[in-house]
Amino acid sequence: MTTGDVEDPRLGAIAMRLKDVSVSFHGRMAVRDVSFEVPDKRVTALIGPSGSGKTTLLRALNRLHDVTRGAKVEGEILLGNTNLYSREIHPTLTRMRVGMVFQRPNPFPTMSIFDNVVSGLRFNGVRKRAVLNEAAESALIAAALWDRVKDRLKMHASSLSGGEQQRLCIARALAVEPEVLLMDEPTSALDPVSTQRIEELLSELKARVSIVIVTHNMQQAARISDLCVFLLMGDDGAGEQIEVAPTQKLFTDPTDRRTLDYIQGRFG
Amino acid sequence: MSVTTGIGELPADPILERRALIQSIARGSLARRAVVSRLMLGVCGLAFLAASTVLVWIVYLLVAKGFHWISINFFTQDPLTPTVFQQNLLGGIRNAIRGSIVIDGIALVIAIPVGIVAGHLLAVSENVFANAVRSTAEVMTGLPSILFGIFVYEFMIIRFHSHFSGFLGGLALTMIMVPVIMKASEISFRAVPASIREAGLSLGLSKGVVATRIVTPAAAPGLLTAVLLATSRAVGETAPLIWVIGNNYVATWSPYKQQTAIPIAIYNGILNGASPLQQAYAWGSALFLVAVVLCMNLGSRLLAAFLRRERH
Repeated sequence: MTTGDVEDPRLGAIAMRLKDVSVSFHGRMAVRDVSFEVPDKRVTALIGPSGSGKTTLLRALNRLHDVTRGAKVEGEILLGNTNLYSREIHPTLTRMRVGMVFQRPNPFPTMSIFDNVVSGLRFNGVRKRAVLNEAAESALIAAALWDRVKDRLKMHASSLSGGEQQRLCIARALAVEPEVLLMDEPTSALDPVSTQRIEELLSELKARVSIVIVTHNMQQAARISDLCVFLLMGDDGAGEQIEVAPTQKLFTDPTDRRTLDYIQGRFG
Repeated sequence: MSVTTGIGELPADPILERRALIQSIARGSLARRAVVSRLMLGVCGLAFLAASTVLVWIVYLLVAKGFHWISINFFTQDPLTPTVFQQNLLGGIRNAIRGSIVIDGIALVIAIPVGIVAGHLLAVSENVFANAVRSTAEVMTGLPSILFGIFVYEFMIIRFHSHFSGFLGGLALTMIMVPVIMKASEISFRAVPASIREAGLSLGLSKGVVATRIVTPAAAPGLLTAVLLATSRAVGETAPLIWVIGNNYVATWSPYKQQTAIPIAIYNGILNGASPLQQAYAWGSALFLVAVVLCMNLGSRLLAAFLRRERH
């Protein structure tokens, strides 16, 4: 975020549109009626205290709840013009267009660095060596890992440090060229130096993909995001959307009293 | 591919190009996979049909041939000897039911603690000895069950001059159950996260307390399943019992006397039944045995599901 840049990210192109999205587990509401637009090629941060449904909401965006028993997603999530949850669209294709990076680095344990990066391509039918090599290099460069691993692509992913493993996971997600990249507290398991590297990386990555990131850390949200969505747990335990605003505005001049309380650290 | 904008033709964006390529390949691959998936679903359906046909057929046979023999007398009388004038004087299988309870009860009392403790030890230890025990258990579950009967016969009756009894039958079944319980409970103990165990140890609790008060309750649903799995297997065992329990025609609770058991009653009825009527009685016993095993399996599933639900 550059000082004096007061441009509203909501005015540009839109990557993803959420309309009244609710998620429930076994009939119990976890997130209720969230509606906002994810700006294209920007970083959108989901912030809020524990239990406000940030991660639950994020997982709905690439249909990960499909594999959870008892989970139900209502409302509309539009990627371009297609509803992610329409019956015509296969979840596999959805997930190719919307990538995900998890809280803890989770490289595939038995695979080499190279095999990890190209796994999303290879197992979806891409066989051509040239395409795989090119995609792997491009993704690893984008994840700022290429210089570190280019001479040892055949080595096991477990030989990398925690921060490097997380960047490997970012490269793996980028290799299938998603339009949106979801990140679920990607730095919470990392040390401060690795965290800073990943944060720096994000500002470069947004030239390539739209990013939606969940973070507990408000300073992090302020540093890296363009748009902020503030969620809070309602009286019945379901997460609700309190405020959506450009990051600078949300942190300096929030509209809602509860947002102010939260960013000033009065609760959560 | 190039991007058309209001300004004119821009050079092709390699990322957009690759995205389009990858997605089109994935779409093709997905279509192929959908065909394979349907095919495999068909194969699974056929396999299911083949397996369930046999099962349904067996159950049908049991019910058709055995159901009308089951009455109150069936459970409350010992077997009688039919005469020429009273061909229906068959009595019941009270002796076999009571024998099964005695023999399986003895086996359970020994096998549950041994199996679960051994399973826990295996779950927490990684050494040569543990590996040896693990592979031994593996081999033991694969052995023909009659060998356990022969072993007990050879060891207890020939060498130590014991006599045929329900207790020896219980011993033979114990040897069948222990490896099954041990292996299944090791898996449920391993499913308890190490961090839970470590949290207990970090409070200064002894290993024993952590094992009994923290880890075992967490693993309880799996342990229950392990025990019932082993029991339902043991209840139907015939071969090992033939060697060691002798036979009787009068129900007794004594583990030191000769005993009989439901599977033995089936075996004797089919093999030695003097009349077709007595053979038919074996069908009734078989139906009863299958019903018992089925109830145990269902009951264990329900109980395990209930225990799991209680925790969430």
